[in-house]
Amino acid sequence: MKIAVCVKHVPEGTKRIDPTTKRLDRGGEGALNPFDANAVEEALRLKQATGEGEVLVVSLGPAKAQDALRKALAMGADRAVLVTDDAAAGSDLVATSRALAQALERENADLVLFGQQGNDSDGAVLGAAVADRLRRPMVSQVAEVTHADGKLTVKRQTEFGYDVIETQLPAVVAVSDAINEPRYPSLKGIMGAKSKPQATLSADDLGLTAEVVGVGGSRTEVLELKAPPSRGESRKIEDDGSAAQAIIDFLTEKRLI
Amino acid sequence: MATLVFLEHHGSELLKGGLGVLSKAASLGDDVSGIVIGSGVRGLADEAGKFGAARVYVADDAQLEAPLPQPRVDVLAQLVRDKGADSILFANSVLAADTAAGLAARLDAGLNWDLVDIARNDGKLVGTRPALQDSVYVEVGWTSQPRIALFRTGSFDPVASGGAVETEDVPVQLEDFSTGARMVEQAHAESEGPSIEEADVVVAGGRGLGGPENFTLVEGLAKALGGAVGATRAVVDAGWYPYSTQVGQTGKTVSPKLYVACGISGAIQHKVGMQGSGVIVAINKDPNAPIFDFSDLGVVGDVHQIVPKLTELVEQRKGQ
Repeated sequence: MKIAVCVKHVPEGTKRIDPTTKRLDRGGEGALNPFDANAVEEALRLKQATGEGEVLVVSLGPAKAQDALRKALAMGADRAVLVTDDAAAGSDLVATSRALAQALERENADLVLFGQQGNDSDGAVLGAAVADRLRRPMVSQVAEVTHADGKLTVKRQTEFGYDVIETQLPAVVAVSDAINEPRYPSLKGIMGAKSKPQATLSADDLGLTAEVVGVGGSRTEVLELKAPPSRGESRKIEDDGSAAQAIIDFLTEKRLI
Repeated sequence: MATLVFLEHHGSELLKGGLGVLSKAASLGDDVSGIVIGSGVRGLADEAGKFGAARVYVADDAQLEAPLPQPRVDVLAQLVRDKGADSILFANSVLAADTAAGLAARLDAGLNWDLVDIARNDGKLVGTRPALQDSVYVEVGWTSQPRIALFRTGSFDPVASGGAVETEDVPVQLEDFSTGARMVEQAHAESEGPSIEEADVVVAGGRGLGGPENFTLVEGLAKALGGAVGATRAVVDAGWYPYSTQVGQTGKTVSPKLYVACGISGAIQHKVGMQGSGVIVAINKDPNAPIFDFSDLGVVGDVHQIVPKLTELVEQRKGQ
């Protein structure tokens, strides 16, 4: 089975929005989006279970998104494709899904995996948008995947519990972070990652013009940044053995007991 | 302005989230239509009229029975092409997010997600989206129509405004790939015991408890306070506690008078399910846990030490 995993390079540590560009500041150190590590892990397990196939990681991002791809290669992925182009900066869902779908079309994988969401944007929407462009069945919030007889059976968690859904292949699946515990890359994996195939594609390579990528291809805009409404007074104490009593006093003051 | 609101249902009831969005859209003075998509759902249309819909489109077809997104994208895309819509609004859920995202791609329409409010400023629709763990509020817009918006759970309360509704059937024609995923076994909401959604006090436990056996601490405190027990997704997925108690994005949304979070870090997925609580008390040993950013009283300490003592003190208090 050929599996393509879409991964995102996200800023590490405390994130900030640049007040001038009103975009997330991607200038500092970055890392593989933690939710995507679950998708990479699941791909590696599926490949291992079937005993054959390829795990390919695909990302759209700045040149240094290479770091996120390299982490996935160090975990065990076979090959990486980075779509990077200055013209693609500031892409929203419409533009991002188009560029990714275009890159994925060339690969024609049996299964395209996504992590549940980006830990920077909190969006859990990219998988469904890409699936629509690829015209493939998709399931999100997947907590378990079984592959048999050329089909996938998955467990999806929704507001009402766990659904069992069967999908034909090729398909797009967004996995939840509960699906597995991602492995840490071994030293051998890290060393080996450098020599694995890593391709870079520009918007032009994918036949994408300025009208359909980046800001030009986007349909949403950020207008203004504001301070969040304050929640009122908040207290924080450290337990020195009297915390239980302090909580009782607080609840009494609030007339809750 | 023509606004279309996606009305999700479970069993024979429309979900509150969609009705809240409907009420909000009606309050903006828009020409608001709702759409109900499913099998045997025609009877749900009248309910939508009470919450501000002037018109309800109904897509009723056996192929639409399972709550899967892609057939819904087909129906919505066709309706927008036939009737036009300036805005298409969704209350967040797993089904709604996937449907909205698929529709955005299909129509090349802008999607803003996780909105908590929407307003018209000088004729232009502006959404409010909390970002970066709610540390900043971002005002967002759309540069073309239709606009698609996905609202955070619990953003708007349904407001009954009465009113008659006209219903209109819409055609159902599905793409081949939209039926490639098939529901084998659909989950149904469990309804045993007192619901945590109704409880005045919720005591919830997370991974910080260390193991399933320590949920007895949470249960003890909940019992002493006369409340219900909640859990995070992490511990539900780990099998420590049943799904019916899960609070958060894919679980229940609760708003008790008191919420006590024990060993819960406060990830955004959990926060959206409990931030409407009156008073939030959090106990966590990690001083940097995000839960402290939105708790009224944060206690940095060991739940295994503090919770039993607290339970004892509450019981003593009640004994007096």
